[in-house]
Amino acid sequence: MIFAAILAGGIGSRMGGTDTPKQFLTLGDKPVIVHTIEKFVINSNIDQIIVLTPKNFINHTNHLIEKYIPDYRDVVVIEGGQTRNDTILNSINYIKENHGIDDESIIITHDSVRPFLTHRIIEDNIRAAKRYGACDTVIPATDTIVESINGTTIESIPVRDYYYQGQTPQSFNIKKLFNLINSLTEEESNILTDACKIFTLKDEDVYLVEGEVTNIKITYPYDLKLANTILEDIHD
Amino acid sequence: MINIVYRLKSPKFFEEAIDEVELDGVIVRPTHLSICQADQRYYQGSRPAEVLDEKLPMALIHEAIGEVVFDGEGNFEAGDKVVMIPNTPFKDDGYLPNYSYNSKFRGSGFDGFTSDLVNLDSDRVIKIPDDFNLNVSAFIELISVAYQGINKFKQIAVTSKDALGVWGDGNLGFITSLLLKEIFPESKVIVFGKHRENLNLFSFADEIYRIHDVRDIEIDHAFECVGSSASQSAIEQIIDIINPQGTINLFGVSEYPVPINTRMVLEKGLTIQGNSRSDREDFIGVVEILKQNPQLFEYLEKLITDVCEINSLNDLKESFDKDYVSKFGKTILKWNI
Repeated sequence: MIFAAILAGGIGSRMGGTDTPKQFLTLGDKPVIVHTIEKFVINSNIDQIIVLTPKNFINHTNHLIEKYIPDYRDVVVIEGGQTRNDTILNSINYIKENHGIDDESIIITHDSVRPFLTHRIIEDNIRAAKRYGACDTVIPATDTIVESINGTTIESIPVRDYYYQGQTPQSFNIKKLFNLINSLTEEESNILTDACKIFTLKDEDVYLVEGEVTNIKITYPYDLKLANTILEDIHD
Repeated sequence: MINIVYRLKSPKFFEEAIDEVELDGVIVRPTHLSICQADQRYYQGSRPAEVLDEKLPMALIHEAIGEVVFDGEGNFEAGDKVVMIPNTPFKDDGYLPNYSYNSKFRGSGFDGFTSDLVNLDSDRVIKIPDDFNLNVSAFIELISVAYQGINKFKQIAVTSKDALGVWGDGNLGFITSLLLKEIFPESKVIVFGKHRENLNLFSFADEIYRIHDVRDIEIDHAFECVGSSASQSAIEQIIDIINPQGTINLFGVSEYPVPINTRMVLEKGLTIQGNSRSDREDFIGVVEILKQNPQLFEYLEKLITDVCEINSLNDLKESFDKDYVSKFGKTILKWNI
């Protein structure tokens, strides 16, 4: 089976000025998270969409889904975790309890605040996760990457051609991911904030899926303003 | 739903843009696209400046097939292979939808098919069999233009159809000759062209002539698939050799006004009919003809000069540049963006 986990567990500490998590703010005439869910709703390869939100936003999210995507099947809203990996783990536990986990099943994990992802990216993720067991969506780095350990002076400037900017989705064979997360020590868990990093740390290959420059993450108020401006542009 | 559209911002410059589409209708993922001369005229900036100013930015390409992703109405299954109809009528005013002022045409005034997804009304999507040649199917739209023109010709032609002349050795000339041969097997299809190497591909035609070497030939009806500034000499030659009360079916697009010898049109009682674009019935007709005559794919495949994998906007740009250099044939784009 193919599952999508929309990670909306974050409380948006970087957004500033508002108490509403950024995924629930309005982009065009719908909340950001609705735009994101819609991308998965239309993909018939996906058997179930699991939306993970803070506990006090579960009802709200359910209402939004009823309001904006009422005809759709197979969307469930459950509580996210403290960290990104906890949230992913919650989705895996949900799958385990409700469907069981076989060797073939995959999970597409995606930031709820990336509503501009494309159908092609999702399809490429499904293909890569099925074939290789793990994949990450990336675009080539355009800015020069500078490494500084002390935050004052440059340690090194790596060759840019080898560097990519990570986006989402990140997609995995569920069994493999579950086993790897469970094998982490507490210390490892604390530093491994990225699921793909778990794979690389355990010497497992993670394949690259080409992202899109438009697949931006709405992190700062500026991002939302920019995204809204672009959308308003088309409504003129 | 948010959709990413790849638009021509100005000649030779594509950019990503964000669009919003509703979840109603049929949502299709484009898979195989085909470049048309009309797209090329926008890309090269050869349309008049005021037209470019008015229409750009706009996604190009109006010849494409794709796979159904989602259909809320349940008429199509996800994964169905379909040809997309670029013409969208908004009001029934008694005209054919492709000539109505109340229709919109993709890639001319509103966005064409270079996008992540395309949302179409259910009647703008025609299912094609899984075993169709997908590269050829990408230009079913172009075939449907010839198909409609031939059907309109049937309605106005009152004299004998023994000899049908096709002017033009390009893509549309090839397709029109091939369809005429299929639809009127008893008629003689005579092709008039300029380029020997192109004409060699018209092996199915009954007779082939180079335009400067035409003597003692009579035709009953003519199909002009030349266009541009050469339209004038083609139409002149047609009027010279066509039999009385014949029909001249124009398909070629010209950016310039073309003078026509009306004295001879009057004297011979000729009928001139214009053709541009097509509609649903024509797409259905073409899909049916291809189903019944799969050997046509073999002929039509000869038109394909290049199949380009499009993974980036740069690939798209390169494919347009390559297509421009190639003076004959169709460039197919495998849409992976």
